[in-house]
Amino acid sequence: MGTARPAHRSPWGRRAPPPVAMGTAQAGSAMARRQRGLPGASRRSEERWDFCWGEAAWLRERLGRAALEQHVRVCHFRNHYELTRKNYLVKNLKRLRKQLEREAGKLEAAKCDFFPKTFEMPLEYHLFVEEFRKNPGITWIMKPVGRSQGKGIFLFRKLKDVIDWKKDGLHTDDQKDETQVEIYVAQRYIENPYLIGGRKFDLRVYVLVTSYIPLKAWLYRDGFARFSNTRFTLNSIDDHYIHLTNVAVQRTAPGYDPEKGCKWMIQQLRQYLTAKHGAESVEVLFADMDNIFIKSLQSVQKVIISDKHCFELYGYDILIDQDLKPWLLEVNASPSLTASSQEDYELKCHLLKDTLHIVDMEGRLTGKEKRVGGFDLLWNDGPVSREGNLDTLLKENFMANTHLGCYNDRKKQLKQLFRSLSAQQKV
Amino acid sequence: MVDPESGLSLTIARIVQRLQGSSLHSQLERQARVSLHKPEIKLESLKEDIKDFLKTSGWEKKLQNAVYSELNVFPSPCHPAAPPEHMKEPLAYMRKAQGSWEKRILKSLNSMCTELSIPLAQKRPVGEQKELLNKWNEMGTDEPDLSLFRPVYAPKDFLEVLMNLRNPNYENGEQPSFRNHLGLIQVPLKVKDIPELKEDFSELGLNIGQLGIDDSAQVPPEFFENEHVRVGQKVLAEQDSAAAQQYVRQGCPTALRADLWALILNISNQPEDILYYEQLKSNVIQHDLLVDSLIYKDVKLTASNDDYYFVFEDYLYQVLLCFSRDTSVLEHFTYSSATPPKSYIRGKLGIEEYAVFYPPNGVIPFHGFSMYVAPLCFLYHEPSKLYQIFREMYVRFFFRLHSISSHPSGIVSLCLLFETLLQTHLPQLFYHLREIGAQPLRISFKWMVRAFSGYLATDQLLLLWDRILGYNSLEILAVLAAAVFAFRAVNLMEVTSLAAAEAVLADLSTLKVMPLLQIFLFATVT
Repeated sequence: MGTARPAHRSPWGRRAPPPVAMGTAQAGSAMARRQRGLPGASRRSEERWDFCWGEAAWLRERLGRAALEQHVRVCHFRNHYELTRKNYLVKNLKRLRKQLEREAGKLEAAKCDFFPKTFEMPLEYHLFVEEFRKNPGITWIMKPVGRSQGKGIFLFRKLKDVIDWKKDGLHTDDQKDETQVEIYVAQRYIENPYLIGGRKFDLRVYVLVTSYIPLKAWLYRDGFARFSNTRFTLNSIDDHYIHLTNVAVQRTAPGYDPEKGCKWMIQQLRQYLTAKHGAESVEVLFADMDNIFIKSLQSVQKVIISDKHCFELYGYDILIDQDLKPWLLEVNASPSLTASSQEDYELKCHLLKDTLHIVDMEGRLTGKEKRVGGFDLLWNDGPVSREGNLDTLLKENFMANTHLGCYNDRKKQLKQLFRSLSAQQKV
Repeated sequence: MVDPESGLSLTIARIVQRLQGSSLHSQLERQARVSLHKPEIKLESLKEDIKDFLKTSGWEKKLQNAVYSELNVFPSPCHPAAPPEHMKEPLAYMRKAQGSWEKRILKSLNSMCTELSIPLAQKRPVGEQKELLNKWNEMGTDEPDLSLFRPVYAPKDFLEVLMNLRNPNYENGEQPSFRNHLGLIQVPLKVKDIPELKEDFSELGLNIGQLGIDDSAQVPPEFFENEHVRVGQKVLAEQDSAAAQQYVRQGCPTALRADLWALILNISNQPEDILYYEQLKSNVIQHDLLVDSLIYKDVKLTASNDDYYFVFEDYLYQVLLCFSRDTSVLEHFTYSSATPPKSYIRGKLGIEEYAVFYPPNGVIPFHGFSMYVAPLCFLYHEPSKLYQIFREMYVRFFFRLHSISSHPSGIVSLCLLFETLLQTHLPQLFYHLREIGAQPLRISFKWMVRAFSGYLATDQLLLLWDRILGYNSLEILAVLAAAVFAFRAVNLMEVTSLAAAEAVLADLSTLKVMPLLQIFLFATVT
């Protein structure tokens, strides 16, 4: 398997392709292997794999070492942390915003205002204090940039709390990469989140990027809303359980009943909001979310090391406030693939299956598809409209090709797609 | 039989009597008086001018809606000489059966009361009152010890009672055979067959657009959906109850559903309604009832464990606790076969002046009761409006699902309709299930008693309840139950035990209600 092959045509001509050898470098990939029903992984040290679903750190090292063969695919970009580490993301967004303001004016730049005001600590401590003093009484949240699952996060309203924390000196924790000062971000806490049944929730949405230059991104129709197990109140900022809706934190909250589950599918949420606010407001909300995905990816487009072998499935965390404005909380490059319920398991299986369809190791797709299974093409070096033609792009009745929270009849669509593809091949 | 002339005048008289003195009446009077200042009202043609004014300002429509509501809720009067029990339930043996069922429930409640030495009702100490008021929006966080409480009854207990219902005047000496009824319900009530149902539910026909079918992703919205939404907006603009009821037979668009249902149920959330709700809330704060614990337990057992309704836990308490104290609900007992249980102030047993209804609204909750409220939380968020919608749904529909009566929407008729449909159109399946000890009604009963709440996906459930409101009847529940069995018939024919049959029908959350109903009614060869 060493000769060069064009990207989208099957490398094996009309014969059935030999099975793809899978390399795995992390537990989460067990599912991926099962999906394909293909022979198991080869050993890591012998490079006889064509596809790797692995840990970001390992991949980073491997990508830095030697070039991969042309057909090989791996599930991370080398420097994805430009998007996923909070301090880098805020830097990249700020830069994009400035650029848009220069090129297209204040209105266009305002479209980047979906990230709550954030300051890197300790670097921007003084800038933060300035902003803090301008807005007395509001709540701030301190988050470590490198950690996940809600670890190390706390809320505060008084500068005293931060000064004490800073005085504590170096915050060395056992991080794999760094032994220096741990970097935090201080972010403005959204005090008016949208509540359902008195509870706060955030959204997990999946975006698949197959290339940055040009930018090609897909949005998955399914996703879920994660509810906090307790009612929302600003009175008890120390109560982790209220404010952090990460399932990992909720799992340890008193009264948490794993059988209960605290997730809604996005379809339910969309229905609920439509019943309450009407279809138009909800369309605007979801269009604003599309904007978040696109702008955040555009902000790192030129910084990410573009590599034809890489693709990445991001888990976006979005919070909606009471004015139905969506805010970006963070982007995860390794979204959790463990399931909390049967429904969740099915969602994640289908998500992975469709990801593999799009990565298309078998070379079945033409590259012109706008929908594969549960994924809709969000951005293809430009906005993608629901109807086929380019000229509808400029008209007012441009409708985006995204269907987040809409009905996901992926099985049917895949059947039709592959049937028509195999018919095309025969011709 | 009452002749149509005097029947109509009786109905009119009754409606006038009910609307007289209502807040609508006083509002109309006030409007008429206010209109006297208007220049277009002339003394010579006073009556006509005021009538025209009321028409153009929309007040006549409000009156029409109120009249329509009365017609929907109250049955037509029977013979003027008939005693009031006949409006509740014309058949004597049904009344008797309901009476003994009620005695049983009350006995169970009383014995729980004595066992736990908790009074049925007591005034709350002031400290507790304050605490409850503070916690009003998050009563779900409370974790009272409910282990000793048990639901007063569960649907399957009720099914046992219904199975033993017999009409003493009906002698059925024949052995059970294909010509007889093989099901669990053995009373000779008249139920519809498919041709009659096709007529009644004609708007569900194959040639007519439906939400739940013709709004799917494959169908371009120009075909049906856009126009249907437009018509819905027009109906809402006109504020016409009768039109709304006709409209929802084809399903409600999600964005319009809350308003359409409120229009059909004639709920407008006036200041006096909000005040009334606040009054009920203060009743809850001041007095503690034993049924409150039953409600807590039910919510914790059912809605809180539901994947989608758990979020609305607090709303459920706010609605159900107030519901128990709402004496206006007692009105529905005039046309329900049930009678509210009576209790006596301590020490005055048997003395009528000291008799009170218990609970104050006369309705003792059973296991799963809170599921009637849960789907409504998707539509209504303001507690007093949510409350009124639920109360109206209860006194129009839900009460029929747990009382013994001969009404075509009563649970007995629904069970018989279900069994008859199944036996007539899927006789092989029915016989097979019966042979393996899996009587179909044993599985479908719980679906019907809960009006499918908690069994179907929420959006499907709401489409089903659209039709309940549209046709002002619960018969569609029995038709859907039969349609579900028809859909899974192939799998069911292969099972060999009740447990296996239950397993095949355990998960209805993926079903699409409207195609099932359409196929069963209109596309099955009869």
